Parts: sequence; C-alpha cells; structure tokens
Amino acid sequence: MNAHLEILSIAVVVAIACALPGTFLVLRKRALISDAISHAVLPGIVLGFFMTGNINSPLLMLGAVAAGLFTAWLTELLAKTRLVKEDAAIGLVFPVLFSIGVLLVSRHAGNIHLDTDAVLLGELAFAPFDRMMIQGTDLGPRSLWSMSAILLLNSVVILLLYKELKLSTFDSGLAQAQGFKPHRLHYALMTLVSLTVVGAFDSVGSILVVALMVAPPAAAFLLTKRLAPMIFIGALIGAISAIIGYGVAVLGDVSIAGSMAGACGFSFLVVLLFAPQRGLVAQQVMRRTQTLHLGVRMLVVHLSHHGSGTNQMDENECRKDHLTQHIAWTASFANKVAESAIKQGFIMPHHQVLKLTPKGILVAQEAMTQ
Amino acid sequence: MIFSILQDYTLRHVIFGAAILGIVSGTLGSFAVLRQRSLLGDTMSHAALPGIALAFMITGSKAPFILLTGAALAGWLGTLAILVITGRTRIKEDGAQGIVLSVFFGIGLVLLSRIQRMPSAAKAGLDKFLFGQAATLLTSDIIAMLVVGGTAMVVMLVLWKEFKLLSFDPEFLTASGFPTRTLEYILTFLIVGAVVIGLQTVGVVLMSAMVVAPAASARQWTNRLEGMVALSGVFGAIAGISGALISSLVEKVPTGPAIVLALGCIAACSLLFGPERGILSQILRRQRNRQTYAANRILQGLWVLSLHHKEYQHPHAIDTLEALFTISRGSVRGGLEALASQGLIKKDSIGRFALTPLGREKALALEGEQS
Repeated sequence: MNAHLEILSIAVVVAIACALPGTFLVLRKRALISDAISHAVLPGIVLGFFMTGNINSPLLMLGAVAAGLFTAWLTELLAKTRLVKEDAAIGLVFPVLFSIGVLLVSRHAGNIHLDTDAVLLGELAFAPFDRMMIQGTDLGPRSLWSMSAILLLNSVVILLLYKELKLSTFDSGLAQAQGFKPHRLHYALMTLVSLTVVGAFDSVGSILVVALMVAPPAAAFLLTKRLAPMIFIGALIGAISAIIGYGVAVLGDVSIAGSMAGACGFSFLVVLLFAPQRGLVAQQVMRRTQTLHLGVRMLVVHLSHHGSGTNQMDENECRKDHLTQHIAWTASFANKVAESAIKQGFIMPHHQVLKLTPKGILVAQEAMTQ
Repeated sequence: MIFSILQDYTLRHVIFGAAILGIVSGTLGSFAVLRQRSLLGDTMSHAALPGIALAFMITGSKAPFILLTGAALAGWLGTLAILVITGRTRIKEDGAQGIVLSVFFGIGLVLLSRIQRMPSAAKAGLDKFLFGQAATLLTSDIIAMLVVGGTAMVVMLVLWKEFKLLSFDPEFLTASGFPTRTLEYILTFLIVGAVVIGLQTVGVVLMSAMVVAPAASARQWTNRLEGMVALSGVFGAIAGISGALISSLVEKVPTGPAIVLALGCIAACSLLFGPERGILSQILRRQRNRQTYAANRILQGLWVLSLHHKEYQHPHAIDTLEALFTISRGSVRGGLEALASQGLIKKDSIGRFALTPLGREKALALEGEQS
C-alpha cells in the first residue's frame, strides 16, 4: 500500500469508529462530552508515560481511558450535588484536568517527547511511519491496526447493547422501569468514547475526533429518524468527509486533521441546506407553498364575501388591484395568488375583476366551515 | 520580594492582563452559566481561531486590534451558525456547539498551516493563541484588552435589566415585547469579546474555565444576581493575579494552567464550603436530620413501651431499647443522650431510661403530627 492509501484507510476507519458512539452522544444531548474527554485524557497519558517511560505502551491507553472515565464520573458527581448544572460541571472539570496535563508536560518537558500540540492537533501524515512489525514482517501502519481494533470493539459493544442503548436513549425512564441500568449503559458508552478518543488522538488529534463524533451523526439526524439508518448514514458521511478532507489537504498542502474537520462541516452544511423535508431549502419551499395555499383560500373567501360570481357582486371589492389595500398584500403576491387560483380553476379573470367559478364558491364555503 | 516582582515590567503586564481577563470573563460568564450555556465560552474560543488566521493573512499585520476584529467576526459567524442550527433543526444546543467548535477550529488549523508555509517571517507568534503566552503581552495588547473588556462591561450594565430577565424568565421577557433573540445575540457576542481578550493570555482550550469557573463558584455564595456577578468578577481577578504570580515564582509553570488551577481551587472551596447549599453543609444538615429522626423514634418508642406499664415513667434498660429499634446501636445511644440532655427522658442510677412529663408531652405531640 502506498502512503496515501494508508492514510486514507486510517482516516476512514477513525471516521466510522467515531460515528458509532457519536450517534448516541448526539441523541443523548451529550455531544460536548466528547470535547471534554478528548482534552481530559492528557493527564492520563502523561502519567501513563511517567510510569512506563514508553510512549507506545498499552498502559498509556489504560491511563487515558481511566482519565476519560474519571471526567465522565466527576462531571456526573458534580451535577448530582445540584450545585451546578451539567453543562457547568463539564466546563469546570475538563480544563482543570487538561491544565494538570499541560503542567506535567511543561515541568518535565526536557526529558519526554510528548507535545501538547500533538495531542490537540495530531499529524496524520506521520502515521504511516509507525509500522506494525511482527517477527520482522511489516503488517502496515500501527494506528490502522489499533483503530481497526477499536472500530471492531465499538461495533460489537453497540450491537450487543443495541436494544438497551436505544431504549435508554429515547426513554430513559422506561428503560429504568424495565430493569435496565441506564447508569451502566452511560458508563459503557463513556468507555467507548474514551477509548476511541485515545486511540485516535495520536493519529488525528482531539479536535478532529470531536468533529467526527458530532457533525456526521448530526447530519444523519437531519436525514432520518430511525436509529439504525442514522448510525450507518453517520458513518458514511464521516468516511466521505475524511476522504474529501484528505484530498483538499493534499492539494492545498495544509493540515490534514484541520481539513478533515472542515470537510465534516461542509458535509453538515450540505445536508443542513438540502436535506429532503428538514433541510433549510425544503423548509423554505414548504413555507412558500403553505403561504400561497393560504393566500388562495383567503382570496376565494374574500371574493365570495363580496358576492363574486353571483348577482350581488361588488365589482370594486373584487378588483385585483384592490387586494393590496384590502388584505394588505404586496402587488406581486396578489398576482401570484390570483394566478394560482386561476390555474386551479377557482376564479375567472374578467378584465381587472375576479369572478369566482362554481368550483371556487364551493372551495370558499369549505374554507369557511373548516 | 513582592515589591521587586511588581517592578518587573513583563510581570506587571501579565498580572494586569490576567486581572482584566478575570473580571470581564467572570462577570459575563455569570449569564452564560445561569442560562445553562456554560460551554459557550469554549465554543467561541475555538471558533475565533479562523478569524485570527484570516485577519493575519489578509492584512499581514499582527496588531492586536486587527486580530481581535477577525476573532470577533468569526465568533459572530459561529453564533449565527448555532442559532440557525438550533432554531431550524431538531439538533440541540450541545450538538450545534460541538459542530461549530470543531469545524471552525479545523478551518483555523488549515489556515494556520497555510500561514506556516508562507515565506514571510512575520508568521511567528500566531500559535500563541492556541495555548496562550501571557509573557508576550505588550502594552498595546493591554490597551486592546481594556477597550474590548470595558465596552463589554458598559453594554452589560446598560442592558442589565434585560439580561437579568433573559437569565431567569425569558418567556416573560418575550411576552413583555423585548426582542429576546437580539438580546441573546448581544449577550453571546459580549462573551465572544471576553473570549477574544483571553485567547492571548490563557489560550483557546483553557478559556472555557475562565467563563465557567468564577461564575459557578460565585453562585454558591449568593442567590442575588448583583452579588453573583460582582463576586464572579472578583474570583476571576483573584485567580488571574495569583496564577500570574505563581507562574512567575515557580519555574516551568505556564500562566494559563496556573490560572485555571487557581480557579479550580476556588471552585472546589466554593462547592465544599458554600453556605446552605454547599456539600459540607448538606452533609451536616443530613446528619442533623438523621439525629433528630432517631431521637424522635426513640421517644415515641419509649412512650409505646410505657403503655404496657402502669405508669409512664417505668424505666427501660438500654439493651431492651437497642433490640427494639431498627436504627444502629450508635444512634440509639446518641439519641438517648440527646433526649436526656433536653430533659425529655431521665436516666436512673442503674442506667435505665424513663420518660419525663415533658418527654411524654413531646411524644404525644409527635403522635398527633403523624396522625
């Protein structure tokens, strides 16, 4: 495999691994815990490094996951005292933990190769240099293996706990009443998030992890209401964003992680604008149609009120140019409404006077009785 | 020694800058915390990065006002994005903030990496916005901080009543005909201002603590908004100054983390020792309630026992009483002592307990309360 392909496959695996727990974070309104955990793992990594002296030791992973869980636990503990709300609890805990991490790094900066920049920003371009070697055989980049393992774990856990997670996400009260333990599920999810964050930080950096965990599932949430499709669509959008981001980064010679995060934003924007039904454009179109529909009803009622189409017709009130005064419509809207009403066969134009057809009279009566 | 420190030109700047930042972000943070938008500071500080980078790329200047204007514009765009996403879709506040935070920051990184490849030497020093470098604060930076912070404070004071309603009763605010959305917008933008002056001192990541911690701490000591905002400003200033001092006195301690850890100490103390609601007073109150409950149970128990005897003052051995109640042995003994000291029961020469006339009355009164 060449370097481009290796980097791309790492990125795609990370994107899918992030979208799985990310979907539940977005649905549970806990999206920002991914940001908190991704920063708070730093002291865990540093302490793990102090204990082992080896940056590649699995103990670092363990320390970081422990730090991530500690963050989730401390946040919940603080929120449970009811002295601060959940959002404030998150905002209190993770900067303090991150500060401890930065402090540890800078106090011992001389003798460790650990950089706070690296944790935050990551450098995917270097990932292919760190190879997985077993008995002298090159098996590919190490982070591809570690992230694939995490992806597998995320899939297995979510598959096993699917029903429980689903119920506790949408109706935690019912889940509790049925004997599930929402608490344990919460920590299971937090473990997955911590593990994913830790696995990804050295290749893609913590900010991209947040982007991949929040933006693609949020975009998927605008496209579907059902959980299983949402997970798949989220993973797909994440993978596509990673590929687009990498392409832009290579062409523009810029930060890969930053470019992928930007691509996640772009994908979200596209979905936000053009999602069928719930996209901004669809919303606008629907609002227009509704306004026009309402306008046509108003017009026929107004006309029938003034005897249009009968013998007692008040010609002055039924003139098209009168509508701008009487119903305070703009001239162009009045035109549009009249056109639409003519097209539907509700009225007949007679010079400037609008005459209701028998069908129009019927519609007006219907509208008034509703 | 303190005197000699204060003569240090750099340190004076750092202390002054940290104090301004503490006051501004502390006071404005109160509203963010009360409206349960605590992480807005975090979001806005990340969102500011592309603005800073772009301002530098366009003008080629690193003058604080230019970079801060860029940051403010990016923050404004981020605010707009959050309002559109939460207002027009079913994605909630946390999701919208997460998207804006990470995507804007990512774009900022792209621009920074672009700048790094630029030939000019002027690019150095932009990454101080990531982690903050208080030691690089110049007089011009301090002036910029004073102007931005001062403006934000004046706007806050002018719109005080509106912001107060916005924090506690937004429905009433809307019903009274105020433009709630616009006010919400202005408040967010003021927080952008606070964030912008903090970036250079503590950096993007730790900025969130500057907004949340002073306000969350101040909330523990008072129930009034005026008191909370003032105290929050004071906490912010104390943390800023002490963090700056610690980082100058102790080797290899960066200013940002020092300030945040000082804030962490203030927050921990406030949560523990806050009057009435604090963790310590919660524990004490719970203990006192448990003791009162135990004592009442024992008193009623003694009264029920006394019904089996001719006279209510018949004494009972402590072992009997301990066997009778489901509460722990320690609380039986403690409860008996408390009751004896209140004169509701009396102990005889061989350690048995009996109701006094006063105790009987109290037991009857308790019975009446329960039925």
